[in-house]
Amino acid sequence: MSGYPESLRESIKLVEKTRAARVEKTKRGETFKPLTMDQRKEVLSKFHPDYMEGTKRIVKVGPDKGQHFPNELADLLEAHSRINPKDFNLKNPDIDTDVLVIGGGGAGSSAAIMAAKKGCKVILATKLRHGDANTVMAEGGIQAADQEVDSPYYHFLDTLGGGHFLNDRKIVSALTQDAPIIAHWLESLGMMFDKYPDGRMKVRHGGGTCRKRMHSCGDMTGSEIMRVLRDEVRNLSDSIDVMEFCPAVELLLDSNGRCAGAILYNLETEEYYIVRAKAVIMATGGFGRLHFNGFPCTNHYGATADGIVMAYRAGIRLRYMDSVQYHPTGVVYPEQNVGLLITEKVRGLGATLLNKNGEEFVFPLEPRDVESACIIRECTERGNGVITPTGRLGVWLDSPMIDMLEGEGTVKKELPAKYIQFIRHGIDISKEPMLIFPTVHYQNGGLWMDDNARTEIPGLYSAGEVSGGVHGRNRLMGNSLLDILVFGRRAGISASEYIQNLNLSDLTLEHVEKYEKEIKEAGIETDRVSPMILPDYIRDEVKAKEKTSRYFGTLR
Amino acid sequence: MKGILLTGDRPVIPENTKMVPVYIMGKRYIVPETLTIQKAFEYAGYQWIRGCGCRGGICGACATVYRIMGDHKLYFGLACQTVVKENMVLAQIPFYPYKRKFHDVENSEPTAETMINTYPEILKCVGCNTCTRACPMDIKVMDYINAAIRGDIERCAKLSLDCIMCGLCTSRCPAQITHYNVAMFARRLTGARVFKRAEHLKVRVQEINSGKFEKFMKELVEISDEELRRRYVEEREWEPLNSRDIGWKPQDERYL
Repeated sequence: MSGYPESLRESIKLVEKTRAARVEKTKRGETFKPLTMDQRKEVLSKFHPDYMEGTKRIVKVGPDKGQHFPNELADLLEAHSRINPKDFNLKNPDIDTDVLVIGGGGAGSSAAIMAAKKGCKVILATKLRHGDANTVMAEGGIQAADQEVDSPYYHFLDTLGGGHFLNDRKIVSALTQDAPIIAHWLESLGMMFDKYPDGRMKVRHGGGTCRKRMHSCGDMTGSEIMRVLRDEVRNLSDSIDVMEFCPAVELLLDSNGRCAGAILYNLETEEYYIVRAKAVIMATGGFGRLHFNGFPCTNHYGATADGIVMAYRAGIRLRYMDSVQYHPTGVVYPEQNVGLLITEKVRGLGATLLNKNGEEFVFPLEPRDVESACIIRECTERGNGVITPTGRLGVWLDSPMIDMLEGEGTVKKELPAKYIQFIRHGIDISKEPMLIFPTVHYQNGGLWMDDNARTEIPGLYSAGEVSGGVHGRNRLMGNSLLDILVFGRRAGISASEYIQNLNLSDLTLEHVEKYEKEIKEAGIETDRVSPMILPDYIRDEVKAKEKTSRYFGTLR
Repeated sequence: MKGILLTGDRPVIPENTKMVPVYIMGKRYIVPETLTIQKAFEYAGYQWIRGCGCRGGICGACATVYRIMGDHKLYFGLACQTVVKENMVLAQIPFYPYKRKFHDVENSEPTAETMINTYPEILKCVGCNTCTRACPMDIKVMDYINAAIRGDIERCAKLSLDCIMCGLCTSRCPAQITHYNVAMFARRLTGARVFKRAEHLKVRVQEINSGKFEKFMKELVEISDEELRRRYVEEREWEPLNSRDIGWKPQDERYL
């Protein structure tokens, strides 16, 4: 029995018709022809949302005033603070600590661990639960050049090529040289890496790697890393105080321009806390939940660019912040799963992409941005998209090819999480294809920082997806889990060294007042406040009946 | 974007969709039958603070208990993965008190003794298997607790590998075991003390700490853009997929 409705079954029949021939072709080593560099450029300029007219606008305030940012991010940058600085008596902090870590994902947790191990008193403040982050959603793996035929040199080259050679080279040098140290650290903490019986790491290729250096734990590598790090933070509860459901809403500076803490907001009691800290580590993650251009996303509920907004108000410039990674293969059917990630591994295992007529139209392993643009072109200009019962467009990802190429049972073995996700809706992806469309996946850019995770404000560090420069304009698979750990650890270590013998002067929120003034002078009229904190999925019909402006934590 | 229906994370509900009653903590709402429990809450007007996480079935934030009105049976699931049914009576368990001890991975042996000393209550398991029936990830929870009691730490770890630590097992246990923390300790012990350590990794870390690659890396940071692109295109030999079987070695070993 098929989980697909009759209207989709007709198109599936056309896919089935061409399947055997495609499998034979793949076995012969033939593929759909990859695009030339010029063809790539053309399809990107016409069909990738980043390059399309109307998707960006100039931001009129802040350190990057005059630059283009995606509309949805620009909205948040041109918004009011959630607080009125005059309401706060900064002479009386509620909490004093050495290091404040903002964010409870992989970057924040590793930063907290390192700072604690260096003897610091740490507060880890997080918007949701500790561990609620994109880290847990990373499926594929983590890169580290630890095999004899590989070295950080090649990892560096691969990473630069993937990022269109725009990455910060010093940062990538740190990333790739720390990678084996990270893998070794995780191993000692007790992460269950996929290994051979003699202890050797199992490694695979990822898109754009010249050597096999993708380490994994099944198809839930990020989840395993997060579990281990969270457990280690709990082991260190004497020095790390975890505050859940307490997002930061503004940074605090001192009268000498150093970062000196943050204002936290208790989502449940609606209290604001003044936290004075000698150093602050920003590890709030990415911006996928802004749903650029209305696209769905693969991200965690909390991915709302909070750290970008706070640091920008305090004066930190942004790097490649206009670059959004759209993952080519997000779910389009069933409606319940729209936007969820289907890992690159499916294409790596041999599945091809097909239009409504069962025809191939793109090489399956183009870079993510190019692949996404080709799918959008097929569905729009060429009119060859499949229409779902709810009116969405998509193309087929022919997963049944995998068992035909690699042997019966491969889909279940290699993609257990995906298999379960679809079988819950009556679709056996080893027998029927998946309907997909691009989905917002990753924030390529972010806060300016250096190779030791330092920003331009003394005492403010940046780690993980919130940072820019690590990946240039396009990230390779397996480099994000690595990024969060390398720069989380570096931030924790840098901060612990920085705070030695440091005495803060008076706390101030002057930067917030100054920013408000800039908004007024730029003639921006809005009742929007930021950071956003929680995405808003309430229906308009319900909203029309909500007559108060405040509803739980979210201001409307 | 022109010609494409894009609604962010808001579901599209076709006109002819059947509407069904569900009871959110006993309160009646009429929602489209196509929605997940998570989206049905939102459709009804709830703003999630607790009880919502990855929205993709891997974080364990949205553990849910429900009955179908009139039926004695208790069901368990993740709100983001379970589609609503008519007359569902729903409650979230966004947090459940747990016991956790210090997990001394460095100094503990992966033995039954370690597990029982840390979590002695596992000996009180009555074998009712309620934990297993409550697991939304279809993990054999009781079996991994038994493995821990027997000292088969690796089996405990492997059986619990898919655990998302949502706590539903723990909420149901008559022996008051916090299963997922037992499993967490077992997995860390397995990763650190049962699995053999990677010798090649240890060697590579030593090489890095001794500065072996510093010179090459400095070169990469400093060379011109053109030279960097040239090396990227011309000097990266591709490791074949079957490299392990054929004992592949690159011809250029200058940078290894």
